[in-house]
Amino acid sequence: MDAIILQLLNGLDKGSAYALIALGLSLIFGTLGVVNFAHGALFMIGAFCAVTLNKLFSLSTVTIDPTKKDFLGNPLQVKTPYLESWFGDFGAGLMDWSVPLSILFSIPIMLAIGFVMERGLIKHFYKRPHADQILVTFGLAIVLQEIVKAFYGANPISTPAPDLLKGSLDFGIILGFDPNAVIYPAWRFVYFLFAAVIIGGVFAFLQFTTFGMVVRAGMADRETVGLLGINIDRRFTIMFGLAAAVAGMAGVMYAPINSPNYHMGMDFLVLSFVVVVVGGMGSLTGAVAAGFLLGILESFASMNEVKSFFQSIMLPSIDQIIIYLVAVIILLTRPRGLMGRKGVMED
Amino acid sequence: MKLYSVSRRGLLKGGAVLGAGLAAPTIFTSRASAFTNEPTGSTVTLGFNVPQTGPYAEEGKDELRAQQLAVEHLNGEGDGGMLNTFSSKALQGNGILGKKVTFVTGDTQTKSDAARASAKSMIEKDGAIMINGGSSSGVAIAVQGLCQDAGVIFMAGLTHSNDTTGKDKKANGFRHFFNAYMSGAALAPVLKNAYGADRRAYHLTADYTWGWTQQESIVAATEGIGWETVETVLTPLASTDFSSYIAPVLNSGADVLVLNHYGGNMVNSLTQAVQFGLRDKTVNGKQFEIVVPLYSELMAKGAGENIKGVLGSMNWNWQLDDAGTKAFVQSFGKKYGFPPSNSAQTCYAQVILYADAVARAGSFNPCAVVEALEGGDSSLPGVSSAANKGFLFDGLGNGPTLYRSADHQCFKDVLVVKGRENPTTEYDTLEIVEKTPAAQVWYEPDHPMFAGGNLGTCNPGA
Repeated sequence: MDAIILQLLNGLDKGSAYALIALGLSLIFGTLGVVNFAHGALFMIGAFCAVTLNKLFSLSTVTIDPTKKDFLGNPLQVKTPYLESWFGDFGAGLMDWSVPLSILFSIPIMLAIGFVMERGLIKHFYKRPHADQILVTFGLAIVLQEIVKAFYGANPISTPAPDLLKGSLDFGIILGFDPNAVIYPAWRFVYFLFAAVIIGGVFAFLQFTTFGMVVRAGMADRETVGLLGINIDRRFTIMFGLAAAVAGMAGVMYAPINSPNYHMGMDFLVLSFVVVVVGGMGSLTGAVAAGFLLGILESFASMNEVKSFFQSIMLPSIDQIIIYLVAVIILLTRPRGLMGRKGVMED
Repeated sequence: MKLYSVSRRGLLKGGAVLGAGLAAPTIFTSRASAFTNEPTGSTVTLGFNVPQTGPYAEEGKDELRAQQLAVEHLNGEGDGGMLNTFSSKALQGNGILGKKVTFVTGDTQTKSDAARASAKSMIEKDGAIMINGGSSSGVAIAVQGLCQDAGVIFMAGLTHSNDTTGKDKKANGFRHFFNAYMSGAALAPVLKNAYGADRRAYHLTADYTWGWTQQESIVAATEGIGWETVETVLTPLASTDFSSYIAPVLNSGADVLVLNHYGGNMVNSLTQAVQFGLRDKTVNGKQFEIVVPLYSELMAKGAGENIKGVLGSMNWNWQLDDAGTKAFVQSFGKKYGFPPSNSAQTCYAQVILYADAVARAGSFNPCAVVEALEGGDSSLPGVSSAANKGFLFDGLGNGPTLYRSADHQCFKDVLVVKGRENPTTEYDTLEIVEKTPAAQVWYEPDHPMFAGGNLGTCNPGA
């Protein structure tokens, strides 16, 4: 039972990342009708916002310690971060909490990147076939990741969570199991809560604000909303920025889980597209539901008992194919996905 | 009058022959030279095939830096580096056999097909006479096979799978880097001393040739000291989130997690294992421990503070205090501003060893080079074995080293290292725990983990 709860927690956590990226993808597809293959790159840029703030906070003054030697035998250069020398413990605290603080840092950056991407490139492809959109956004993703690689190199960069949230939580005690039976990393739990807040916030924004109402109306019938004298294009551009900000924040918070590297967006991109297709193209609820569903299934498929069972029925490596297998089954039985709407991507 | 006639069948036959001729790679067609890419001018071209893009691009860059440094030293430029400490004195700093050394580079992308394509291009188009570099066993085995067929020498870079000099060994291929068996043999006694003989290990293993052979080697070595293997789980190479593989470890009864992962896989799996609180856990009355059998400085940096106290093994480390290492670190450090990695050192050593073999053989002919690298009857001190024959050298950073003629594998001391608890600089991530003598990591060429291959005979190509 404890193993099942652990994998359930894992699945919710994986699903959080899938759902956040898929939510942004669906927002863009639902509003602008664009299949954005650069969305994974936005997730990656978000993670590198955390790396950048961490590096900015770590800018240091250099002093020479003649008593110690460096690798060439020269006197050792000792680096002391400016934040520490100026603000003491408060400065050290800021450095420790650089990842959560990066959320504030990333929002304006991601909004700006999203705005520039949409106005500068993607708007020219609205009336082009989806294949063209995929090609240009995929190309853009490669350009963005190469730019990041040129600045930060190809190696993963360690970006730790604050000390307070580095450890693990003992869910076993809370759930009535033995101590240490269900241990889960604190930061992953924070990530799940964060994803729930962001997803809830996006839905509330669309559901309970006038802006959101207009956007939803535009998603349902763009032409009619335009005929009412509303500048729907401007609102959709803002939604693109919002989707970029969601992907960026998801990336920021993911940085302590996987040390950021320039390729991390691509690692999520294909899975997130499967999530969107399974959820139903253009359906925000479907994207979130499919994200959690596939995250949980992927986690359970990694259990040794499950792998052994599928191995015994001549289906090895179920953990590697489960998402695609489920996608095939769902699309065979519900061709529009779990919550897909009629007429979307059917032209 | 009909002077000639062309039948449809004849035309097809002729076309087929002409097409096959044009399509055949030039390396497989006959030529006047005695061997492939025989240097005829005043220069000789080496091919450096390293990952310049993809996840191991930083490691590839470091290899390339070392290879460029080696070329400078061969041509008599710079401070000479390890040429000053190398036991063989055949190289004079005037290139190789008086020919100035030039080089071309290829990008392996850490993909076997891309690596073969770039090696093939360097051989066919650029006239490379030797291929060196790489950061993956899959790539090394693929390129080694290509070089064997093409008739050029392959001096492998970072490749740790037993198969490279085991079932996939080739006469034209040589490996200076250590292998998974040696990691197991070096680590096992240290693990026993540090954690005791009564331990239960759980393995997470990258699902490809290197992971399989490392798992096999570490399982055999740890079971040899009394450890029990609780579970071995293969993880997809493309995995980035290992949480669903780590979660089952928690309640498996294991008290050691062995991560048979390298590169980004290692950084992520180690980071996530630490986040799961494994290192704070007590199981079976013992502190839970994590072991990373193959370390790299560049990846240790990526894992940050998570590597503190974690044991592993390395081929070489810049902190060694022998004369060769000091000369190389000075030379590399002054040129680039930071210490070299162990993949840089192995590539540097391989370039020097190739050049030295050519100089000793007095010929670029691959078969003469193979004979020089196999070295005759020199043997490694302290090892009693009929297979202890080959080319013995010293001064390249690893102490006395034997290029064994039986399988073209180097035998030398292996380092057991540990993540440093209190690093003083960003390069000071690992500390050397033990220098395991070569005799302790020795194995016979017909050892079951290396069985099934055939070195064959050297191929000069032409």
